Amino acid sequence: MIQAIAFYLFAAVVLLSAALTITARNPVHAVLWLILAFFNAAGLMVLVGAEFIAMLLVIVYVGAVAVLFLFVVMMMDVDFAQLRAGFARYAVIGLAFAVALAAEIMIGVGAYSAGAIQLARRAAPVAENVPNIVALGSLLYTRYLFVFEGAGLVLLVAMIGAIVLTHRERAGTRPQNVTRQVMRRPGDATRNVKPAVGQGVEL
Amino acid sequence: MNASLLMTLPELVLAAGAILLMLVSAWGGQTSTRGVSIAAVAVLVGAGVALAGPAGAGGEAWDGLYRADSFAAFAKILIFAASAVAIILAPGFFERTAGDNLRPEYPVLILLSAAGMSMMVSANDLLVLYVGLELQSLAAYVLASFMRRDTRSAEAGLKYFVLGALASGILLYGISLVYGFSGSTLFPQIADAYAGPRSLGLTFGLVFVFAGLAFKMGAVPFHMWTPDVYEGAPTPVTALFASAQKVAAIVIAVRVAVAAMGPVTEEWYPIVIFASLASIFLGAVGAIGQTNIKRLLAYSSINNVGFALVGLAAGTQQGVASVLVYLAVYVVMTLGSFLVVLQMRDADGQQVESIASLSGMSRTRPGLAFALMMFMFSLAGIPPLFGFYPKLAIFNAAVDAGLFPLAVAAVVGSVVGAYYYLRVVKTMFFDEPGEVFRPVENPVEGGLIAVAAVLVSPLGYLAIPLLTVWTTTAAKALF
Repeated sequence: MIQAIAFYLFAAVVLLSAALTITARNPVHAVLWLILAFFNAAGLMVLVGAEFIAMLLVIVYVGAVAVLFLFVVMMMDVDFAQLRAGFARYAVIGLAFAVALAAEIMIGVGAYSAGAIQLARRAAPVAENVPNIVALGSLLYTRYLFVFEGAGLVLLVAMIGAIVLTHRERAGTRPQNVTRQVMRRPGDATRNVKPAVGQGVEL
Repeated sequence: MNASLLMTLPELVLAAGAILLMLVSAWGGQTSTRGVSIAAVAVLVGAGVALAGPAGAGGEAWDGLYRADSFAAFAKILIFAASAVAIILAPGFFERTAGDNLRPEYPVLILLSAAGMSMMVSANDLLVLYVGLELQSLAAYVLASFMRRDTRSAEAGLKYFVLGALASGILLYGISLVYGFSGSTLFPQIADAYAGPRSLGLTFGLVFVFAGLAFKMGAVPFHMWTPDVYEGAPTPVTALFASAQKVAAIVIAVRVAVAAMGPVTEEWYPIVIFASLASIFLGAVGAIGQTNIKRLLAYSSINNVGFALVGLAAGTQQGVASVLVYLAVYVVMTLGSFLVVLQMRDADGQQVESIASLSGMSRTRPGLAFALMMFMFSLAGIPPLFGFYPKLAIFNAAVDAGLFPLAVAAVVGSVVGAYYYLRVVKTMFFDEPGEVFRPVENPVEGGLIAVAAVLVSPLGYLAIPLLTVWTTTAAKALF
């Protein structure tokens, strides 16, 4: 009972916020509705027992992707009125895409109900009672440790490459010298003077 | 776990060395370039020494993902040696090239690329193969565009990146099909799946995997990137691409073909035979019109990949051994040619690359001209020189495997290819002297040219007994 209520609650909010994402006039509001949709999708994932995907949705999509969208929306001067201007012109092709996608969903569901594809051999499924975070972690950090570390090196190369190809030391700039700033004492910067009356100030 | 770590010692040494040297260069900046380069060569030597232990022939590590056998060890020695040469050549080249300086990241990226190639040749699993391939490719893209102020270098890097990403996609698609229909990414289990009753999906996977690997080794019809990238990239990097990368790509293709897809030899035969013949002829014909020596060597590398694939097409233990012999000699000849190309510089000390500028070099710089003549004759496979022997071994293996027509076609292709090698020799010996090159300033580069020239000279035949024993053991490890 409680599962059914939770499912319909999450599902309804996902649909509602998804609809509001594409209809909201203010792009910042659209991104905020998108974040709400992600959170509720994560709730749905928890309901079916895929807690790793739920956390991935929250961390990656809400934490990184949606925030990136927000930055893009706020920093770029996108004229949304102009973007919407061609709606009638592209309505036909948009409709064609929608029909194609709907047909794919129907064919997919039909094929699924007709029975799964016979693959030659399938990797053994994980044992029961093992949470999928534990299962993934034990695979990544024991069996596939070597590949995992290799992937880490690939990312390191990507970082080195980006810096090597773009970083440039420009002459004539005056960057902040933190060490010098920290080393500086009040005595170096201020001077206590006692000008005599009528003498004026010596700078 | 500890045994696995010991077996992957070369990769560990390279990765740890690269990270350490990255830190040194981050703090040391431009001034640390020399020290980092020397240390990087030392790391490569260390990784080579590590092969003497369990890493040389210890068997399987990491639950079968990685295979440390003498087949991989042979390829690793070639890869490490070629990478070390690419580091040694760099300071001289960048000094003579206006605009860009050598930065300490160069040796670090070469180390990481060597680690990737080393992973690749030891891969016993499609995941390790892919990660190793990406590691070496990504480092290679950056190295190709290392000269930021040179538009040709940037073009080379961009072209290589876009086409390389496409090839990775094709390979990955093949890997996903193979995994989906065989249920495993481990080579022995894939071989089991191929041996049993199999679906069409496995055949599709095989075709895509071979297409991806053919791109990485620059075999026709996936060779288009080679001349442009080789011409634009800094010459020491081109030397690395033409030697170490080719070795890694061909060796892993041999391993995939034999260890994972051995039971369906008849399915990959046509692919390998087509790629090898097309590479031999297109490499030979395409090189004829070239005026740039680096482009010429690029077509020469395509041509040579074709010959190496003839050995793979044989599909026998003898064929695999002949591929290894071929690669070993090819690396020496190619590195020697690039060493000579690096000595081509005009009176101002700037690098020149046109073949016409070689004219009359036999009179102005007889020693250098003689060395280049040896490399060119050797690449053409003309008998007294050592370059003849690996071609002979390859054709022998092909004939013994019953591929007589392929061997004949390859010999014809080799004769066509000899034309453009001879044209370079003719330019050097019979044309009127043009501009005079500056003498070899760097004793290390001069010494390396001399060593390579001695190795490809008829004296090289003395190494045949050693080479035969070594490659036969290596090939045996695969079957």
